[in-house]
Amino acid sequence: MATPAQDRKIAAPAITPDTQAFWDAAEQGTLLLKKCPKCKELHYYPRPHCPFCFHDQTEWVEAKGTGVIYTFSVTRRVEIPYAFAYVTLDEGVTMMTNIVDCDLDAIRIGQKVKVVFKPTTDGPPVPMFAPT
Amino acid sequence: MSIKGKAYIAGIYEHPTRKAPDKTVPQLHAEVARGALQDAGLTKDDVDGYFCAGDAPGLGGFSMAEYMGLKLRHIDTTETGGSAYLVHVSHAAQAIAAGKCSVALVTLAGRPRSERAGGLLSINFGPAPDAPFELPFAPVTANRYGVSAMRHMYQYGTTSEQLAWVKVAASHHAQYNPNAVLQDVVTVEDVVNSPMISDPLRRLDCCVVSDGGGAVIVVSPEVMKSLKKPRVKIIGAGEFPKHLNGGKMDLTVSGAAWSGPTAFAEAGVKPSDIKYASIYDSFTITVVITLEDLGFCKKGEGGKFVADGNLISGIGKLPFNTDGGGLCNNHPADRGGMTKIIEAVRQLRGEAHPKVQVKNCDLALAHGTGGSLGTRHGSATLIMERE
Ligand SMILES: [Zn+2]
Repeated sequence: MATPAQDRKIAAPAITPDTQAFWDAAEQGTLLLKKCPKCKELHYYPRPHCPFCFHDQTEWVEAKGTGVIYTFSVTRRVEIPYAFAYVTLDEGVTMMTNIVDCDLDAIRIGQKVKVVFKPTTDGPPVPMFAPT
Repeated sequence: MSIKGKAYIAGIYEHPTRKAPDKTVPQLHAEVARGALQDAGLTKDDVDGYFCAGDAPGLGGFSMAEYMGLKLRHIDTTETGGSAYLVHVSHAAQAIAAGKCSVALVTLAGRPRSERAGGLLSINFGPAPDAPFELPFAPVTANRYGVSAMRHMYQYGTTSEQLAWVKVAASHHAQYNPNAVLQDVVTVEDVVNSPMISDPLRRLDCCVVSDGGGAVIVVSPEVMKSLKKPRVKIIGAGEFPKHLNGGKMDLTVSGAAWSGPTAFAEAGVKPSDIKYASIYDSFTITVVITLEDLGFCKKGEGGKFVADGNLISGIGKLPFNTDGGGLCNNHPADRGGMTKIIEAVRQLRGEAHPKVQVKNCDLALAHGTGGSLGTRHGSATLIMERE
């Protein structure tokens, strides 16, 4: 038995001035992270202030867009089942996402995945991940 | 300054309703306040401190103070979701110790069962900074706990059958509670054969949805002397907001790993001393992870610990949620912290149902988890002693 992932209708994320660059890059198919020039830590979701050392000049860096599934939960009692998940990027930060373009019943923790940007109804696309 | 011995829980009240289509939320707040005051042997005019959280409508504390006609010199509307009421008891003890009030009222009420016709609850994130990076991925309550359960299974080998034991134990207790939403005893097979909601959590891994509420009264030692109720002393408390930490987190650990040790240190007791525990049970996994983090067993061994009836009063080593908990009895306003305090006080007073009353119950713990294990939550631990 398989449960093929189907595209859901996704409402546009609310864009704020401090995250505009993230969504502009998403339009180009690039996943951005924030890096702190002071303590060198990466963080997610992106903030102008480093949540580790509180430096206020964090910088955008490009992620490779590859990682592994940290955990997931296929939500089934809804019209279109979907895989709510966290992916740990190769850069070491873990982000909330969905696992897409696969059989939802075959998803496993530790599986390698790659970012795919999925369209929203009236805004920039959002980063989801597909098994490689 | 410690709160140990500085305050007592003098009054408790759990609203008997589980469905209240004909009542307003403020009305339910007032009804539970009256019930707890009556239980304590106090009146509204004795109340000089008031505590409520996000379930209080309007301007929260102010609106409810006006509605109930409270004349206050201390107010606290700390919001940590379903664990708020445990934090309130701790903060009330602090305020009493500091002389800011002497009779503190804590109320909770809501009617999610009447207002929401089933379905998966999605949280209104409002303008939270995480919202643009989370809402597109459709987080709902069940999957935000499901991700923690899935990772716990992967990391520690926890099984669905072990999770099921938590529900089984709760159902054994709920059969004696005539107000419980679910009063039938269930088996491990019943739980693992119930429909999958969000992997690996099935319908019977989830708590009930219920209208209603509850209240507690926290008083100073001087006020307690004038009252006739058994003396339930607050001896330790801890609170901890756990979050995603910039994307560097462990979703198999809850804030109880910090709030628990703080509370135990203040109380000067250890987990093996505890005779009864109220453990927040939004889902079965919440109990497994919390018990590990509080130190009732080693990290990763919560599944084994809860199996084979170990949480059933009279059978297991750690009787828990003897009212049936959120899993079977009541989860008013989608916030289970208040009923956790109430059942712990019943146990310490010897007022639990005779079939589930723990013998010589002189030391109890109550723990709340507000928010979700899979994102951010507020943990609160309270340790109480019968004097
Ligand atoms: Zn930094």
